[in-house]
Amino acid sequence: MRSGATPMLRYTLKRLGAGLLTVYVIATATFAAMHVVPGDPISGAKAMRPEIRANLEKKYGLDKPILVQYGVFLGNVLRGDFGISFTQQNRSVNDIIRAHFPVSATLGVLAILVAGAGGVLLGSLTALFRGKLADRTVMFLVILGISVPSFVFAALGQFIVTKANARVGATILPVAGWGTLRHMLLPALVLGLGTMAFLTRLMRSSLLEIVHQDYIRTAKAKGLPPARIFLSHQLRNAVLPVVTFLGPAIAAVTTGGFVVETVFVIPGLGRYFVQAVQQLDYTVIMGLTVFYGAFLVLMVILVDIVYGFIDPRISVAQAEA
Amino acid sequence: MTLARPAEEGQGTLLRGGDGAEAARQLRPEDFTPAPRSVAAQRLSRPSLSYWKDAWLRLRKNRQALASLAIVCAILAFTLAGPLLWRVDPSAQVLTRISEGPSLTRTVPVLPELDPFEELVVPGIDPSPTADGASLPPPASLQWIGEPSVQSVRLRWAPVAGAAGYLVYRAREKPAGGYLGLPVGTVDGGNVASFEDTFDLEPRSYWYSVVARNVTESPKPITREVKLSPGISVADAQTLKAGARPGDTIRYPARPFGTDALGRDLLARLMAGARVSLFIGFCAPLLAMLIGVLIGGASGFAGGKVDQWLMRFTDFVLALPFLLFMILFKVALGAGPGKSGIAAMLIALVALSWTGAARLTRGQVLQLRESEFVQASRLLGARPFYLLLRHLLPNTLGVILVSFTFAIPGAIFTEAFLSFIGMGVEPPTPSWGSMCNDGIQTFLTHPHELLFPAAFISATVLAFNLLGDGLRDALDPRMRSLE
Repeated sequence: MRSGATPMLRYTLKRLGAGLLTVYVIATATFAAMHVVPGDPISGAKAMRPEIRANLEKKYGLDKPILVQYGVFLGNVLRGDFGISFTQQNRSVNDIIRAHFPVSATLGVLAILVAGAGGVLLGSLTALFRGKLADRTVMFLVILGISVPSFVFAALGQFIVTKANARVGATILPVAGWGTLRHMLLPALVLGLGTMAFLTRLMRSSLLEIVHQDYIRTAKAKGLPPARIFLSHQLRNAVLPVVTFLGPAIAAVTTGGFVVETVFVIPGLGRYFVQAVQQLDYTVIMGLTVFYGAFLVLMVILVDIVYGFIDPRISVAQAEA
Repeated sequence: MTLARPAEEGQGTLLRGGDGAEAARQLRPEDFTPAPRSVAAQRLSRPSLSYWKDAWLRLRKNRQALASLAIVCAILAFTLAGPLLWRVDPSAQVLTRISEGPSLTRTVPVLPELDPFEELVVPGIDPSPTADGASLPPPASLQWIGEPSVQSVRLRWAPVAGAAGYLVYRAREKPAGGYLGLPVGTVDGGNVASFEDTFDLEPRSYWYSVVARNVTESPKPITREVKLSPGISVADAQTLKAGARPGDTIRYPARPFGTDALGRDLLARLMAGARVSLFIGFCAPLLAMLIGVLIGGASGFAGGKVDQWLMRFTDFVLALPFLLFMILFKVALGAGPGKSGIAAMLIALVALSWTGAARLTRGQVLQLRESEFVQASRLLGARPFYLLLRHLLPNTLGVILVSFTFAIPGAIFTEAFLSFIGMGVEPPTPSWGSMCNDGIQTFLTHPHELLFPAAFISATVLAFNLLGDGLRDALDPRMRSLE
């Protein structure tokens, strides 16, 4: 164990270094993209005299060479200052992140819980009843779940719940807004559905692979009851690939949040990002892109490191080599 | 046990040989003549089966994959041949036919012109009494004035003593649980007992409710159902046919998939949108595969420093958050008037999605490079270029084809996602994703506007996913799925 600590640390540092480089490139690409877009923050709807324009450009440093502007931008990013929104009054990008990221994070965690629990459960079910009606039905639904875009699920979910609410004559589940747990159920389910379908597939094939392993045969041979074999041998080993998928799942849930938050009118960061993109709110787009990029890169690294701890067979040092 | 079997068989042949040995006790001269050379035994009794033929045979047995192939062909035919058969302009608006459900060719009567509506004021009733609104009873009766039509629905009701006015609601479904529907009007004065509704009426059933009010609203409504039949007002009819008069009929051409919120034919738009969606769906993965195969092939074949640098670059591109960069690319390349945004999306997709193919090709090439048949070929003096063309590329093609098939639904999904959040194809050009985006606005009242484009996206993606599964089983037996 102690000998494993140093390569682990080295690996972690190396991954963090690569991650930092990725975030740097994301920031640079964001900056470049924003400068390629025609128009700039001070060219508004009203015509402006050239002198006034020049003054404004001077005031905000837009007359400086692009490399200097780039330096200023990087400096601000390093200090964690993403600037002020162009379209929302008196709000800095940091305010927006602070106010709305927790909402997105709550929704995302719920969605991943739904996806993880559902995926493991359905995957085990299909593997246990392989070839039976239950298996075929679930696998067909899974293929359907992978093939239907999330906004369709969102709309259908709203439609069905609205009809159900009208039938009962009371709001069992709200179809929009945010606040209580009841508001979160439907969006979290919709957001987790695609990932759940992937996880079900993954869980099923990883369980079916394990069925033929020697240790399962040994467990059977020594007379363990099937439930015990399944729970303590098959399930524990089969769940590992699901953990690897956590990184992509976080990315899927984060970007999926853009759609779900827009459809369900949830005041999360994703909705603000989509809004900013539609209104070309430069600072918000730049700030949120860098923020999202850093978040996703960090999450992927974290998942990789955690995976090394969970599965002792895979030493991180090995993965490095 | 399994090991013993070939040995037994071997013994069998030996025994037969043994029979011969027994017979050899009496050796005859004939035994020493050369055995007749049998050509027939060496002839190939079965036709030779190339890799692709074998794959096709296996694919043919897979009913799921064949069905998906048929769906893919049908969607291609719909996209390419559809506009030749269905000659409706996808951008032509018919403002009298907004958000219509699916219908075939039909005729619609031109409705008679209406007299101006006059409010019915009941004499002898206090227009503004003092009373508790919440305890007011509902009006005793609710009747129509004249024949209700899609031009106008005119209501009259028995006035309620103590009411200072009335509220009129309209619901598209039978009211339940206190929800009366859209508030279409307020009437001031307890003695005014009529209302005309002309707002956005469609040929369907409506439930009108009238509630008395005095400061607060009475909780007891009177509700009546009316079923409106299709019709068109004279003014509207004249925009479609010059000189149309009441009593004429107007011919409505078929709209098999209905119309959208701007009165455009959904079928024609689905065909036009399919071109955009499938163009991106095919071209982006195709270009990405080409670039990926080139980079991966070069990397695997050259090895050494080139390999290291190329793979480091690939890993790096892979680490970039895909959709964020799609949005950035789109913002940078696609903004500006007169741009459809298709090219921007294509470039962004290709630039970000070649990495998978590169890694796959590199892995294959590395594996094949060391395989015996390639070594044999090299030993026989094959040049690198020949090796690449004759051995490495054809053997990689199957895997590449499979991953291409799986990349198509991914690209279609990405297009739909971007168009949905308003970052995709710019408005006048339809795509399935942007049609979904339009459709979701009216989904609760006119579900067909979302359901049809969504069904097309889902069917296409589903077909390609299943076809990909089938192709993987057929082309790449090593990666055969466990299903």
